[in-house]
Amino acid sequence: MTELPLVLGQVFNGFSVASLFVLAALGLALSFGLMRVINMAHGEMLMLGGYLAYLTFLVVPGPLAIFVAMPVAFVGAALVGALLETTVIHRLAERPLDTLLATWGVSLIMQQAARNIFGAIGVGVTAPTWLNETVSLGGVTFPATRLFILLVAVLVLLALSLVIARTRIGLLVRAVNQDREMAAATGIDVRRVDLTVFCLGTGIAGLAGVVLALLGPVTPNVGQSYIVPAFLVVILGGLGSLVGTTIAAVLTGLVSALSQIFVDVSFSQVLVLLFVIVFLQFRPQGVVAVRSRALEG
Amino acid sequence: MTKTYGLAAALLATTALCGAARAQETVKVGVLQSLSGTMAISEVTVKNAEMMAIDEINAAGGVMGKKIVAVVEDGASDPAIFSQKATKLVQDDGVVTVFGGWTSASRKAMLPVFQRLKSLLWYPVQFEGNECSPNIMYSGAQPNQQIVPALDWAESQGYKSYFLVGSDYVFPRTANLILKKHIAKDKLKVLGEEYVPLGGTDFSAVIAKIQAAKPSIVFSTLNGDSNVSFFKQMSAAGMPPTKLPVMSFSIGEQEAQAMGASLVQDSYAGWNYFQSIATPENKKFVADYQAKFGAGAAVTDPMVHGYLDVYVWKAAVEKAKSFDVDKVRAAAVGLEVPSPMGKVKFANNQSLYQVAYVGKLDPKGQFSIVWQSKEEIAPDPYDPVAFPDKTCKLH
Repeated sequence: MTELPLVLGQVFNGFSVASLFVLAALGLALSFGLMRVINMAHGEMLMLGGYLAYLTFLVVPGPLAIFVAMPVAFVGAALVGALLETTVIHRLAERPLDTLLATWGVSLIMQQAARNIFGAIGVGVTAPTWLNETVSLGGVTFPATRLFILLVAVLVLLALSLVIARTRIGLLVRAVNQDREMAAATGIDVRRVDLTVFCLGTGIAGLAGVVLALLGPVTPNVGQSYIVPAFLVVILGGLGSLVGTTIAAVLTGLVSALSQIFVDVSFSQVLVLLFVIVFLQFRPQGVVAVRSRALEG
Repeated sequence: MTKTYGLAAALLATTALCGAARAQETVKVGVLQSLSGTMAISEVTVKNAEMMAIDEINAAGGVMGKKIVAVVEDGASDPAIFSQKATKLVQDDGVVTVFGGWTSASRKAMLPVFQRLKSLLWYPVQFEGNECSPNIMYSGAQPNQQIVPALDWAESQGYKSYFLVGSDYVFPRTANLILKKHIAKDKLKVLGEEYVPLGGTDFSAVIAKIQAAKPSIVFSTLNGDSNVSFFKQMSAAGMPPTKLPVMSFSIGEQEAQAMGASLVQDSYAGWNYFQSIATPENKKFVADYQAKFGAGAAVTDPMVHGYLDVYVWKAAVEKAKSFDVDKVRAAAVGLEVPSPMGKVKFANNQSLYQVAYVGKLDPKGQFSIVWQSKEEIAPDPYDPVAFPDKTCKLH
């Protein structure tokens, strides 16, 4: 009776959740794939994007403010990413454990700063009315907001794969990814490639922050609730692979959404974690195995 | 911290100066709320209300001629810290009683401390009941004074099928257990019961289930930020509160205004106090509070309970003519004390008699009262339908 629409709805919700995971995880996958850096402050880039969206909505009211907020958040988060990369991460490049601790510190600082500036309870971004519509199809309701987020994720993925596959900077990124020393020996400015990729990654996180603001509140710890699933997705995907990250996001999204037909949200998180553990038992290299010299030796 | 020390120094200096003119004795009490962390938004204002009561009492001559000195501590939204600070207040500072706590987790963490040190905690927030300690005065609503009356109201409005949504911790789980027993007893239907981790933001599955179940009303025991996500995603899915009514138990004036009143407009809430209650004593209280903390400052149920706790303590001390814990709590029971909610008194299970209200949120984040219980409801920590074998009698 009501079962089929619920299942179909959950498949859609799975993709919807996956689109958020992809946007949150892409930046992590990029910086890890290239630089072997685990950026604990990545979640705070999402938070930053959310707050930038909030500020943009204050300055530019109207139905199209979201299209202003997205580039603003992208550039804002990318700039903060540049600052973080040049002041902290680059200087600790040879000491991965220290980067972990240092970026965690940065994440705490950013959270407290947001708490002091905007208050602990968080701020709201009101979605434009055209996003508050719903589309009904075969007994399933699709909220326009979620369709929009799905679209944004697909566009970001397309744009990113075009950049990696077709542009000169993409070529350099692939070269550095495959063999850092060799790339440097051929005269590639490895330092600049690192910085560019890191900024790109944090920029996408900023963008993710904007679309998150359409679904929930922007709070000082909003990043924390997405950083763990994002890490999970990156690990499941095969460290540093974009295709792998995308497939992993869809897998986790679907496992989470479909399991929620039978169990509640708390328990479905347990199931997602179990799924990832079992999957990695059989395929420790993740969905897509990355061939990289950086992983060897 | 520096501020506190500065304040303390100023107080000391004042006391010293006054001492020269007129030696006034002092009595120390503890005020223990979260001044930092996620709960700070709600608890700082409860601290404000408690401090306001203390200041007013001091201005009127203190308690039994003694000036009250409040030792303020930060529970930092962390139950372990609540327990540490409670120990510190009672053992090191030697306070005679403590006002504070908000989450059930913080209360459960402090309970053993107050029992071991034979001290007394005044707890100002509505909770899940199912607890009965001689060392706590429970002024917030018991389930039979908030949740169950709200259900009775919903039933009287003709709502026949219910969907329960809550954050995943002790209060929503216990509250929903009680609700389910009552709904079953009244031969109505619970179409679903869903929990989301505290602070959870993804409601897609919950909303899909609500859509499939088609309940006539949703009862929400979600707490904190999750409420924003829930209402946003409900609206986005075409179910704003105007189309599918929602009854919340954790959204007060302050939360509604901080979340954006338009988001939660037209949803219902059950409480024992609303800022909009139009009695002279409440109007005076709201005006006094706003004169001190800003014209737009919201006043909520737990704040008023924190405020009246201090006055009941004062009245009980004066009746007992002692600061001794056992004498004070014995004196407090049955003692009528004026408050912004009217005259209040504690029952012999150390909980407060109170009226239950159901309000509907307006665009300004204030409640218009749509229903109130005919009289003050006697508190019952053990709901007779859910926990038939347990009783709580402390005096």
